[in-house]
Amino acid sequence: MSARSALGRLLALGPLRLAALAAALALAAAANAVVGYVVIDGRLDGEWYDLRDLGFAVARLRAELDAVAPPALSYWVTALVGVGGILGFLGLVLLLGSWVERRLLARFQIRRGPNRVGPFGLLQPLADALKLMQKEVLVPRGADRLLYAVPPIAVFIPAVLAWGPVPWAPNMTYLDINVGVLYVIAVSSLAVLALFMAGWASNNHYALLGAMRTVAMMVSYEIPVSLALLSVVLVTGTLQLSEIVLWQEQHRLWLGLLLPVAFLTFFFSSTAEINRTPNDIAEAESEIVAGYHTEYSGMKAGLFIAIELGNAVVLGALVATMFLGGWSLFGLETWIPPYLVLAAKTGAVYFVLVWLRGTLPRFRLDQLMGFAWKYLIPISIANVGVVAVEAAILVRLDAPGIVPLSAFTLLNIALAVACARFAMPEPSGGPSAGRGASHAPVLTTVLGGLRASERLRSAP
Amino acid sequence: MSEQAVEPGDAAAGEPYILNIGPQHPSTHGVFRLRVAMDGERIVDMDMIVGYLHRSMEKLAEERTYTQNIPFTDRADYLAAMSGNLGLCLAAERLAGVEVPERASALRVIFAELQRIASHAMGNGTLVSDAGAWQTPLLYMFRERERILDLFEMTCGARLTTNYMRIGGVAFDPPAEFFPKLDSLVDDLPSCVDEYVELLAENEIFLARTRGVGVISAGDAINGSLTGPQLRGSGVPWDLRKAEPYCGYERYDFEIPVGSAGDVYDRFMVRMEEVRQSTRIIRQALDALPPGPHKTEVPLALRPEPGEAYGRVEGPRGEVGFYLVADGGPAPYRFHLRAPSLINLSLLRSLAIGASLPDAVVTLGSLDIVVGEIDR
Repeated sequence: MSARSALGRLLALGPLRLAALAAALALAAAANAVVGYVVIDGRLDGEWYDLRDLGFAVARLRAELDAVAPPALSYWVTALVGVGGILGFLGLVLLLGSWVERRLLARFQIRRGPNRVGPFGLLQPLADALKLMQKEVLVPRGADRLLYAVPPIAVFIPAVLAWGPVPWAPNMTYLDINVGVLYVIAVSSLAVLALFMAGWASNNHYALLGAMRTVAMMVSYEIPVSLALLSVVLVTGTLQLSEIVLWQEQHRLWLGLLLPVAFLTFFFSSTAEINRTPNDIAEAESEIVAGYHTEYSGMKAGLFIAIELGNAVVLGALVATMFLGGWSLFGLETWIPPYLVLAAKTGAVYFVLVWLRGTLPRFRLDQLMGFAWKYLIPISIANVGVVAVEAAILVRLDAPGIVPLSAFTLLNIALAVACARFAMPEPSGGPSAGRGASHAPVLTTVLGGLRASERLRSAP
Repeated sequence: MSEQAVEPGDAAAGEPYILNIGPQHPSTHGVFRLRVAMDGERIVDMDMIVGYLHRSMEKLAEERTYTQNIPFTDRADYLAAMSGNLGLCLAAERLAGVEVPERASALRVIFAELQRIASHAMGNGTLVSDAGAWQTPLLYMFRERERILDLFEMTCGARLTTNYMRIGGVAFDPPAEFFPKLDSLVDDLPSCVDEYVELLAENEIFLARTRGVGVISAGDAINGSLTGPQLRGSGVPWDLRKAEPYCGYERYDFEIPVGSAGDVYDRFMVRMEEVRQSTRIIRQALDALPPGPHKTEVPLALRPEPGEAYGRVEGPRGEVGFYLVADGGPAPYRFHLRAPSLINLSLLRSLAIGASLPDAVVTLGSLDIVVGEIDR
């Protein structure tokens, strides 16, 4: 119900705003047409789309500088320009993302959200960051000073690195390595180290509880994540993210449809990896205050909070790339710049993450671990088996046409529905488990004590 | 609840460690403190430490007239000021033998039931927040609570500390624009309750978090002297509005919701159903609101004959009782508040020991305490 009405509220725009939105969309489409057909002449592989141009530009800058300055200086200048570019992009994503998240969440919660600082409150994240930078950073007594100082920076590393192999357009991949999937898995498991360091070094029981939960959860959910990605690799036959997108583009089929079990497993497990609702137990506010970053203050806390959001956006990009067709949009990507397609899909996944955060309660740690080990991992393994057979058949066909792919898609969707229907656990619980889902209280007008209560309970 | 009875063990030897929850913690619902000995995520032992909000209310009351004490009851259970007002007024009226006009009784019923809805919205909302649904259900419930508080403000100028009931009636007759607004609110409320039940009562995660958690058996509930939804959630059909009707509750047609398992889920659902029943009561009271005065004139400094009286009402959290002893003077000789939160809270320790921290937090949320009346 909340989902329905929250969505309704979100889209409940007045006629004026609707017209403004339509005008903005028309303007964007016109701008895209100009870019697509005048500037780059409809060529996807035109230099406009080549992210490596950034590298070329930096190399050019370095060559120019070399002529007038010592090599060491030009090296550092160009290095700083490159690093600044990447961090600037990430910073922009974080600032915009936190505004989007807060506004969306406010809409889900029938509030307005930040709307005072700048137009539509867009500068609110900047104001918050400035405020946090002015705050004193306290180091708790008994904390391990070095270990306490490292995590807020270390936690950024995986989130930055994970952007590397994401293909934004056919030729627009910063780090187009042929082991992209392995790289993503490896990089994303780094975060657990930083979080555990933070919890351990804080010398605080809440932080330690948060760190323990984080480690248990992230290590458990690495397995379903890897198994889900394994089935992607089995079908596409490549570990390269850009090739995975190309496969989806060539077959006109999103892997999320062909591999629904892997898709849902990946999505759910990743919410555990990045501490999002319903799996945000590592910093469950109502239980352990802020988990591993309870003791952090000022901009150090700000970095933790920001990177959670950054992780959510990276997850959106990875889900979009691996399961939702990446930059491809059934041929429309020649009209719309592919990087905008990917950005839109990333935004859609991010929207779902915010939606979940605004709707769902939280699991308990033991329930979450039980779910991973008792249900998710067996289902993932079985799914890998099924997908392996399908992949073997697809490989033996010369050009897998629409018939086998649609057949497998339908089969896999049916299997996913069956899994969700029969293999998932019933809501656990003690004595009261097994009652009907919509158990309403008994209504009575006759009062009494213990005996009356027994009578009521035995009544049908 | 002795100070620091729980001792930390040797952490290196794997013995329990101490986790200090509160007085500043998101889910202690005020300045309430738990000192918990934990073994990993499991609670081994627990101290409940109260008193951070102690204002010496009962002693202060002995220096003030009966009417001057009404604002204190606002600040005891600050989420259900109307119930506190009503309890004190009933006790004082019993002590002084004051008759209350028909219209005043009906208005008291309307406001007490509105207060129950507002309080249950808060109680259930924070319970769901404790279970991890980050404020969304709470803010949805606040939507209705806000309308109720607007009605309070319209009538008596205050939203929380209403100070509305008087000995012999109520302070003001509601203004003319009050009734159409109340009418539309009462029309809307059942569908709002349906919305919450649809959102939460069948949510798998919510069920997993609340079913079989914090189970209080009917016997334990009676032995623990629980009242209110905490008692009814355990399956004991007991409600002062039926057992000992006051303000003409015997005239209204309503039912008592009773849970079966006595877990957190049952207490949540009982509160939800009580909102529906309160809506029924308000509808009946509103339709049959008698004309006439809203108040009997009583002397400002009421001097009841020496004696004692106990007035109790079914508040949102259970039996709110006021025990007054008069010595013939204008102020009570002794003033005692039976605060349901304090008594309901007393079961938390036995429920929490052996449970995990998240379960204890949800159990505490389901007991729906207000620290204002625990410490008073």
